[in-house]
Amino acid sequence: MEAVRCSGLSKVFKRKIKIRALDDVSLTIEKNEVFGIVGPNGSGKSTLIRILSTLLIPDRGNASIFGYDVVREYGKVRRLINRVSVDAAFFKGISAWENLRYAGRLYGFGRKEIKERTLKILNELGFSEKRFYEPLEDLSRGMQQKVAIARAFFTSPMLLLLDEPTTGLDPRSKLDVQNFIRKSMNDYKGLTILLTTHDMKEAEVLCNRVAIIINGRFVTMGSPGELLKKHNKKNLEEIFLEVTGHEWKEDEDDT
Amino acid sequence: MILKNHAYGSIAFIERNFALIKRYIGWEVVFLAYNVVNALAIGLIGIKLGKDMVLYLIIGAMVWGFLSVLFHEISESIAWERWEGTIEYTFMAPISRFTHLIGNCLHAIVYGVVRSSLILVIVILFFGISIKVANLLGLLIILIVSGLSFIGLGLVAAVLPLLSTEKGAYATHIFEAVLLLISGVYYEIDVLPVWIRPLSYISPATYTLRAMRQVLLHGASLNDLLPTVILLLGIGVILIPLGMIIFREAEFYAKKKGKLKRSG
Repeated sequence: MEAVRCSGLSKVFKRKIKIRALDDVSLTIEKNEVFGIVGPNGSGKSTLIRILSTLLIPDRGNASIFGYDVVREYGKVRRLINRVSVDAAFFKGISAWENLRYAGRLYGFGRKEIKERTLKILNELGFSEKRFYEPLEDLSRGMQQKVAIARAFFTSPMLLLLDEPTTGLDPRSKLDVQNFIRKSMNDYKGLTILLTTHDMKEAEVLCNRVAIIINGRFVTMGSPGELLKKHNKKNLEEIFLEVTGHEWKEDEDDT
Repeated sequence: MILKNHAYGSIAFIERNFALIKRYIGWEVVFLAYNVVNALAIGLIGIKLGKDMVLYLIIGAMVWGFLSVLFHEISESIAWERWEGTIEYTFMAPISRFTHLIGNCLHAIVYGVVRSSLILVIVILFFGISIKVANLLGLLIILIVSGLSFIGLGLVAAVLPLLSTEKGAYATHIFEAVLLLISGVYYEIDVLPVWIRPLSYISPATYTLRAMRQVLLHGASLNDLLPTVILLLGIGVILIPLGMIIFREAEFYAKKKGKLKRSG
């Protein structure tokens, strides 16, 4: 069964200059798959995630999640998805518990269930329960991101949109998050993940298939093994250099 | 099940907003103290003109305090989510926009009533005012129906920070300031320049203040208040759905133009 289907998606932002964020993107992700998208900042990764999250309306093309159109049937789509973004967006003045309770209520969960589910996930992520009641502004970036991971996973979504969940984390936190994603794929049957990352190694290790996106277009796509074979390279980073024709660099603005 | 989800959805906003109040309780005390002093200072202006004038001015300060809290809490709830970057998470949650906005409105009402009651008690004790003549049932009815119309205005104003975090906040403050000027908060609207007066007639605060003064100063009966109650109710009945429709359209526009991001 297809978890995600995108067909001819295009999005242009008219800011001071015209930015073509997505350019005729088509994609299919099967249920139970971890699909990775790698690309520099501003390449269109977050735009695609936002469209699938029902937060952005494409100019052309269409996208569906488990058969539901993200624009016309957004209510049904929202019941099936959750998301982690690169910046852990929270009410930073209040605690992890208060933020998670707020998020859980929006998904129809009761107080007790929210606490049990989130503490279980946070425990697996190596987050100390003592910090659960502290204002988020007092926690490190890594700890905040773990709370964001718990917020996305505890609602048991069928599709998780992970937008650079490990960017900016220290190596220990990064490993905790990666291990948790791997474990979740084993534990929660039926879960599908779309992961965007800057980390080629992360994509290689976690994803069943990987696509490289440059200037809003997929330039290559396949399983890590297929890509290495197809491009005759030792790792994804070398493939990236080959398909983009320039070295890995981070642009200023993320699209 | 659907009803439970709506209830939990609305509770989410009430709990979250009270958690934020608890977190910033120091500021709450500061704002409350400022509002109390403001009401007392305004009341003192009328002291040499007689007790009725003191009460006239205090009613202005109190009613304006309550209505502006409603207006502010609703529009600011969207602005705050924009600043924190959580708006995308709220918008992608499986709740209707109606549940979302009603949750914020319920919080605003509870918060406004508690806050205004506290100020009222302090002011009454300070001036030793008697409100024996007042029709308290009438007062409550006016407060509720005018609350509805201000919720409607708050919903319309909430659209502004949705479209632009910073400019939206500027615009809501200007909007609020204009309401203060035209609604006869501390004076009768006939002292306003003739060209401004038509604006007074479309402000629900004008009718709220007039009715509150009739109730508290002259003990107006429910019969006397009926035309104002119907008018305020009518404004609320029009403004709340209108605010919802405008908000939904603005959300669609923001999603089309990509304006929900933190940087907006």
